[in-house]
Amino acid sequence: MEVWSGNRAAAESAKRARVQVVSAYPITPQSSVMEYMAQFISDGELDAEMIRVESEHSALSAACGASLSGARTFTATSSQGLMLMAEVLFFASGLRLPIVMALPNRSLESPVNIWSDHQDSLVVRDSGWIQLYANSVQEVHDMIVQAFKLAENERILLPTMVCYEGFLISHVAEVLEPLPQEKVDAFLPEPDPKWAVFDLDNPFQINELLTPEAFPEYRYKQHTAMKRSIDVYKEIGAEFQEKFSRSYEPVMGYKVDDAEVLIVGLGSIMSTTKYVVNELREKGEKIGLVDIKMFRPFPEKEFREITRDARVLAVMDKDIGFGTSGMVYPDITRTWYNRDGPLTMNFIVGLGGREVVPETIKRIYEIAQKADRKVIEKEGEIYWPDTLTEVIM
Amino acid sequence: MKLADVTTEEYLHHGGMACPGCGAYLGLRLALKALGKNTILFNVTGCIATTLIMGVTKIPYIHTLFENGPAIASGTDFGLRILGKREGVNLLVYAGDGGTADIGLQSLSGAIERGHDFIYICYDNESYMNTGGQRSGTTPLGAITTTTPVGKKISGETRPLELKKDMLEIVAAHGTPYVASASIAYPMDFMDKVKRAAETKGPAYIHLFATCPTGWGADPSKTIEIARLAVQTGLVNLFEIINGERRITVKVRSRKPVTEYLKHQRRFKHVLENPDLINALQEYVDKKCARLGID
Amino acid sequence: MSKYLEYVKQTKHTVVYPPGWSLVNKTGTWRSLRPVIHQDKCTKCGLCWIYCPDGAVEKKEDRYEINYEYCKGCGICKVECKRGAIELVREEA
Repeated sequence: MEVWSGNRAAAESAKRARVQVVSAYPITPQSSVMEYMAQFISDGELDAEMIRVESEHSALSAACGASLSGARTFTATSSQGLMLMAEVLFFASGLRLPIVMALPNRSLESPVNIWSDHQDSLVVRDSGWIQLYANSVQEVHDMIVQAFKLAENERILLPTMVCYEGFLISHVAEVLEPLPQEKVDAFLPEPDPKWAVFDLDNPFQINELLTPEAFPEYRYKQHTAMKRSIDVYKEIGAEFQEKFSRSYEPVMGYKVDDAEVLIVGLGSIMSTTKYVVNELREKGEKIGLVDIKMFRPFPEKEFREITRDARVLAVMDKDIGFGTSGMVYPDITRTWYNRDGPLTMNFIVGLGGREVVPETIKRIYEIAQKADRKVIEKEGEIYWPDTLTEVIM
Repeated sequence: MKLADVTTEEYLHHGGMACPGCGAYLGLRLALKALGKNTILFNVTGCIATTLIMGVTKIPYIHTLFENGPAIASGTDFGLRILGKREGVNLLVYAGDGGTADIGLQSLSGAIERGHDFIYICYDNESYMNTGGQRSGTTPLGAITTTTPVGKKISGETRPLELKKDMLEIVAAHGTPYVASASIAYPMDFMDKVKRAAETKGPAYIHLFATCPTGWGADPSKTIEIARLAVQTGLVNLFEIINGERRITVKVRSRKPVTEYLKHQRRFKHVLENPDLINALQEYVDKKCARLGID
Repeated sequence: MSKYLEYVKQTKHTVVYPPGWSLVNKTGTWRSLRPVIHQDKCTKCGLCWIYCPDGAVEKKEDRYEINYEYCKGCGICKVECKRGAIELVREEA
């Protein structure tokens, strides 16, 4: 057992994955990930090259270049850095490069805010990257290794980001079980690149202009690979369970069986929710939770299975799609639309690092429990339970 | 290098979509001849990226984003190194003036500062030709572009020549081990420089003056003639800077007046009717040539 | 299905055209002026060959020849030929 921060756990995992090139640019709260990687390389614990680039745009670009040489490549960023990378995110996923990114979530300016919410990663949810969300330091540690295995899988070949909240996970020390190196080596062997790699003997062109004649077909290929990654992640989860005795599924439920209200969300807020579920269950309340570990692709079939018998889904969003709802919410409603399913409600919480305390979740439960079609018709379905909406109009 | 020594091997398949008489396309053809087959081409968004479609290159090729060619090459440099495959491979970034002096300046500066081993050739046609000929950071005084049109109040580029981005000085200030200016009108001089750039350990930069007949309003058959006149009038100077030492590689015996160069191009049509502008251009060139010791 | 879509179906990832596919672009059709080398005046200096942006002047064993399938007719070769051995002839419509 060790006591590590989330960023340490991410770096230790990338080290165990034996990454060959690391490329990153400093930003709070990510910086210590790259500092740890630098230390590992300087100490000779990891045989890798580090590219200390001059911006996040170049960080991901250099990662693309490294991946195109056939190397296992790792990067990390947060918030504004991810926004600067936005153009390259699409570039990397279109090129089908299995780059893995550690992403301690942080809010976006303006106003300046360095604390955690999911605005950054959710804004780029449709950039063609697989998105995994960890809700503990242990999960961060486990998921980085899983992410490489998933990304490099010949049937997938997509970049993958492992998201975890800044400070709440990135900087909080928790007890965890480090992955033993020899077991990781067996789980994740050296890369045998199946992706596009520069080849002097068999040269080809990468990223040429493509006319409408075949562009939609390429997009469809990307889309189907993305869809496939749900099943592949399940396979990887099963193998991981076998080797490391911790289970991972794209969507994980807790006390869902007879639950009337299910609290749905991603990231560290689900740890707090678990605490609340336990407390309310003791009082006889029929509450459960659904923790979304994989948000892109969205595992809709798995999600439906797990939420089939609930009456209300209370979806927490630690982000806001201005003028609509939270950004997780539309995927939840779409999953059940056209089908006879539970009511859905949306709760915007924890923006800019506002602490999501048990009382907030209890309030969400109370609102959700009382809800029915009539109430939703009258009151609407979107709530801001921890925001003083009546003060600021 | 003599013309007879130049390989007959071509590294571009036929069917590239460059305009007839394209200077930048000639530059790439010559650069690849100088470098040979063990070259990876990072082609920054711009004219040449649009011409190299449908599998034109015979070497590994990537069309990069507008501003990240040097950053991608950085990653490949270190990736190949850790995999033990770096030896004997040339990494060539080929970019236009917009991709170099404007949007890509940061990533170029970063890649040079980190000491990556790559060759960067900027083909300078003095505006954004791929998008229809808009003004760039290297557009000269007086030139008409689609964003510096001729109007009733203002005509052509008004920024003084002294402020035009001097990429050679900017790159040289980084302490870059090899920096050179070149022209498509002097192919042997250019190819020698490409070879020296390849032999250089660390970053090497070549600024290649490349006529754009389409964008400059010139007869495509005069592509070479115009580029030669740019050198003979002193507007473009051919030199190299090796570890900080500047050496003129093409001397000009008696400089021609700048109007000799201007008169072949419609983009300078209104300049030829404006003695003040001509004087400004001539004065600038005279000063520059005196400073560099061209005459 | 077009031949090209067939290729897309089997190709991997991001390679969208097979190398050399560009040969289908017969850029010689762009030409309005046709350069003709008068071999009797030619001194084999090679300037037309080195200056051709498109590599459309080909160096043969004893002479230079123009590849009319791909020559775009820019006329650089004519202007650069010091011996006046290249003539530009208008293409028949």
